[in-house]
Amino acid sequence: MAKEIVKVEHLEKFYQKRHVLHDINFSVNEGEVVALLGPSGSGKSTLIRCLNGLEPYQQGEVTFNGEKIVPTEKNWQKIRQKIGMVFQSYDLFPNLTVLDNILLGPVKVQHQSKEAATASAEKLLDQVGLREYENAYPRQLSGGQKQRIAIVRALALNPELMLFDEVTASLDPEMVRGVLNIISNLAQDSNMTMIVVTHEMNFAQQIADRVLFLEDGKILEQTKGSQFFEQPQTDRAKAFLDSMDF
Amino acid sequence: MSSWQIIQQSLPLFEKGFVLTLWLSLIGIIGSIIVGLICSLLKYFQVPVLGKIAAIYVEISRNTPLLVQLFFLYYAFPVFGFKLNAEMCGIVGLIFLGGSYMAEGFNGGFDGVSKTQVETGKAIGLSRLQLARYVVFPQGFTLSVPALAANMIFLIKETSIFTVIAIPELTNTALDLIGMYYRSNEYLFMLVVGYAIILIPLSIILTILEKRVRYGSFGN
Repeated sequence: MAKEIVKVEHLEKFYQKRHVLHDINFSVNEGEVVALLGPSGSGKSTLIRCLNGLEPYQQGEVTFNGEKIVPTEKNWQKIRQKIGMVFQSYDLFPNLTVLDNILLGPVKVQHQSKEAATASAEKLLDQVGLREYENAYPRQLSGGQKQRIAIVRALALNPELMLFDEVTASLDPEMVRGVLNIISNLAQDSNMTMIVVTHEMNFAQQIADRVLFLEDGKILEQTKGSQFFEQPQTDRAKAFLDSMDF
Repeated sequence: MSSWQIIQQSLPLFEKGFVLTLWLSLIGIIGSIIVGLICSLLKYFQVPVLGKIAAIYVEISRNTPLLVQLFFLYYAFPVFGFKLNAEMCGIVGLIFLGGSYMAEGFNGGFDGVSKTQVETGKAIGLSRLQLARYVVFPQGFTLSVPALAANMIFLIKETSIFTVIAIPELTNTALDLIGMYYRSNEYLFMLVVGYAIILIPLSIILTILEKRVRYGSFGN
């Protein structure tokens, strides 16, 4: 049986009195790509942010690599080195060069030697075609380039799980393809375990092994990727897919 | 005597006042930045007890006039057995006032670093200290430069209030001379020139500095 990387059990989240996640249960196996789909405000981003402790949750348990997480800031800090996350807003650190952005985690958090970390950073930069920008500052890059660097920065920590939170939502259409290709390659060639929140249905269909469909903070269905797009189990998911242009 | 002669005669006195204003301002500004930075760090790291004390200090300092603070230092403190000379009172008063303004300036800068930057830093596993050192402080300092610059100019101008505790700085020098010779036009002219010589170049330098740091830090 494949190794379970993440397991979420009975997770409940409230913003004050508003109940935003209801009894969330799922797990992700090693090498699996899970897409979180659903309408805006369904709790996809909130859920993915719970998985590396950026959002606190009030009940339930998250297990990472067989270890139940005691949700304190200190524990999360250790676990986050093994979970790469890429955000919609890319958020490269504007005060650091591209290379320093990438090295911050490996050198300062994981205490890798600067030489070794630089070598692997440059290799990753080569893979995304941005090696020549290693000494540039983020303001000199386009949105798509920044997002590719942000992915490299997350990968530089050698994570066991990658979380992508609507990473193409603020990119020009032209830039989207390049970023999505990198993520697809990561799934296919490196067999990376990933959870992806996206509104790009073609992309989700192409890479998702499994789809979790959320609405109003509940998982309405969990279906194999191929099946979800052909024959969704719920009417709600069917209506959602019909409304999407793809 | 012609106006020109009046001005010429008063030059040595104004020069002394000028140097004193400059000197008191300099110490006041440096002290304020140190106090402000400490208070701001106590707040940022939510240090128990000391953080609260700093917050109370900032509120008291920001909500009382320098004039009242100086009276307190100069007239009330000796009653409790602390006697400071006038210049020390002035410096302590200026730092007491400026510290809170600088603290707010730094706070504004640190708060101005976007939440998503902080989250991104957390997401790569940075500790609270590392996050502050590599992400929040470098960006926050550049964001706080305009506020700090405005505070510097504000503090230099506030030194004119030292006249009430008889420190012979620029304003006091001018008022004294007017009292003695009744030539207000000439002495007030000298007073304005004195402050302008300090403030205009400083203001230009700070504006250039603001532009440079802005260019250096934005555009993510």
